[in-house]
Amino acid sequence: MIRRIALHLLLIVLAAVAVVPFIWLICAAFKTPQDLLGSTLLPWRHLDRLTLNNFRALRDQPFAHWLINSIFLSSLHTVLVVTLSSMGGFALAKYEFPGKRPIMIIMLGTILLPSQVLVPGSYELMYHLHWIDSYLAIIVPGAISVFGIILFRQSMLNVPDELLQCGRLDGCSELRLWWDIALPSVRPMIGAYTLLAFLAEWNSFLWPQIILQNEAKYTLPIGLNSLTGLPEYQHNYGIVMAATLVSILPVALLFFALQKDFISGLSSGAVKG
Amino acid sequence: MNRDRWWKLQTRAAPYLFISPFVVIFCVFLLYPLSRSLFLSFHKTVGPRHIVFVGWSNYRFLLGHDLVFGLALLNTAAYTVAFLALQIPMSLGLALLLNSRHVRFRNLFRFSFFSSYLVGQVFVGVIFFQLFGPDGLINHIVSILAGHRIVIPWLSSPNLAMPSVLIASLWLATGYGMVYFLAALQAVDPELYEAAEMDGAGTRAQFLHITLPGIRPMLAYVVLVGAIGGFQLFELPFVLLQGAGPDARGITIVMYLFLMGFSTGDLGYASAIGWLLVAILLLLSLIRFRFFRFRPEIGT
Repeated sequence: MIRRIALHLLLIVLAAVAVVPFIWLICAAFKTPQDLLGSTLLPWRHLDRLTLNNFRALRDQPFAHWLINSIFLSSLHTVLVVTLSSMGGFALAKYEFPGKRPIMIIMLGTILLPSQVLVPGSYELMYHLHWIDSYLAIIVPGAISVFGIILFRQSMLNVPDELLQCGRLDGCSELRLWWDIALPSVRPMIGAYTLLAFLAEWNSFLWPQIILQNEAKYTLPIGLNSLTGLPEYQHNYGIVMAATLVSILPVALLFFALQKDFISGLSSGAVKG
Repeated sequence: MNRDRWWKLQTRAAPYLFISPFVVIFCVFLLYPLSRSLFLSFHKTVGPRHIVFVGWSNYRFLLGHDLVFGLALLNTAAYTVAFLALQIPMSLGLALLLNSRHVRFRNLFRFSFFSSYLVGQVFVGVIFFQLFGPDGLINHIVSILAGHRIVIPWLSSPNLAMPSVLIASLWLATGYGMVYFLAALQAVDPELYEAAEMDGAGTRAQFLHITLPGIRPMLAYVVLVGAIGGFQLFELPFVLLQGAGPDARGITIVMYLFLMGFSTGDLGYASAIGWLLVAILLLLSLIRFRFFRFRPEIGT
């Protein structure tokens, strides 16, 4: 009994350490500049001093742009990469066609490469395409993922061929087979991969930092980083904290919506190397 | 008849239609830039327009003479080793605690530990920039523990720059590792423990002879992912230290690639740094194959 209580006490302390930065962030977003540095969490004796001003400041400023840009780019990226990966994965899992083996081999050959090695060559290409400071440079190369296509191929291998044949006899086009048979059968994987894809684009930094130059086109990570060191925000960090809080919320909401798929995807081994 | 032919055609063409967007983008925006990066690494460039062939000299200079690259390499390697040495036991420890039969609210605890992983490195950097500040929460707590006011210059002292990055990244990644270990622990056959208990094996023996072998593939995986992530470290120190940090003590390989390519403007030199990173990561994967003899499940 005592061991059981000790175990839970230990877990509570550890969990507190894990969530303290979040609690601090939430508190900081509602504090006035003078309270931000003065009180560690909330100014308990002066709760009336808490303010929504930090959030109001987000409506104008460049923040509103950055938030919309981030939502737009991450959503479009997720839709594109999930669609193209599941289509490609379906072709590689359920069809035999000339050229399939070379595609698989070249693809697997690139999976260990770090994306950073592409950056100089891609930058040069974007320069010649006149895509510097254009969202095309972020959207188009990001529309495919070798990891994603392999993930979908692996899980679509389990779709029974008989089911597809039945569909064909019933007069379904191949596109219908993909949409009505293959996709529903890998539903949990789609949930897990959607979260991963959205998360990756939402948090992406290196490439947008290189490509985006006009402040109005920044995404949240690029924008917030550009404010972090500025002296005028040193005393007004509450705005940055409010913006960070708003930046974390969409991802948290998406996680809650998809968490069942995500955890089952992790433990079923779908994402295991 | 006509309809029949169309039908056959769409069945034949379907796989090509499904895979062609992937193949086109893959060739134009992945294979081509990759080969260009290799080409550029043998050149000196000033922006994307002026390119001069220099042979192996980028690589020779990087490995032989460039002290900043040496520092970046050392920093990144030291960070990776320290990160793994701390993250693996912490994640595994948490997973073992949570895997105990007696734990209530397991999902709630699991989420509390895991939640930090949802926050991107940049946002973690922005938050910890303030937490590590002179009047930040961390100095407050240290002062309370010490009994008098202490201001530790976490981000401005050369010796503390990298440890600060390490603390922030452990906050970010420990729960993530725990989720993987917990999944592996729950897959170990409980009958093995029952049999061991009947044979009189203690907790320690059970851990060494049942738990550890049972989670070995997952252990290998988490170590490899951590090592690869460690060598690619960039955003967290870049935001937290607002660049390379005091005396460039927070510089990493990828940060140096970024600075050389896009502040100095030498895409050729940046490419050479990129290919050295490739070499390091391939070496790590080879070591893993040798030591863990663990074949990936991906493949034909």
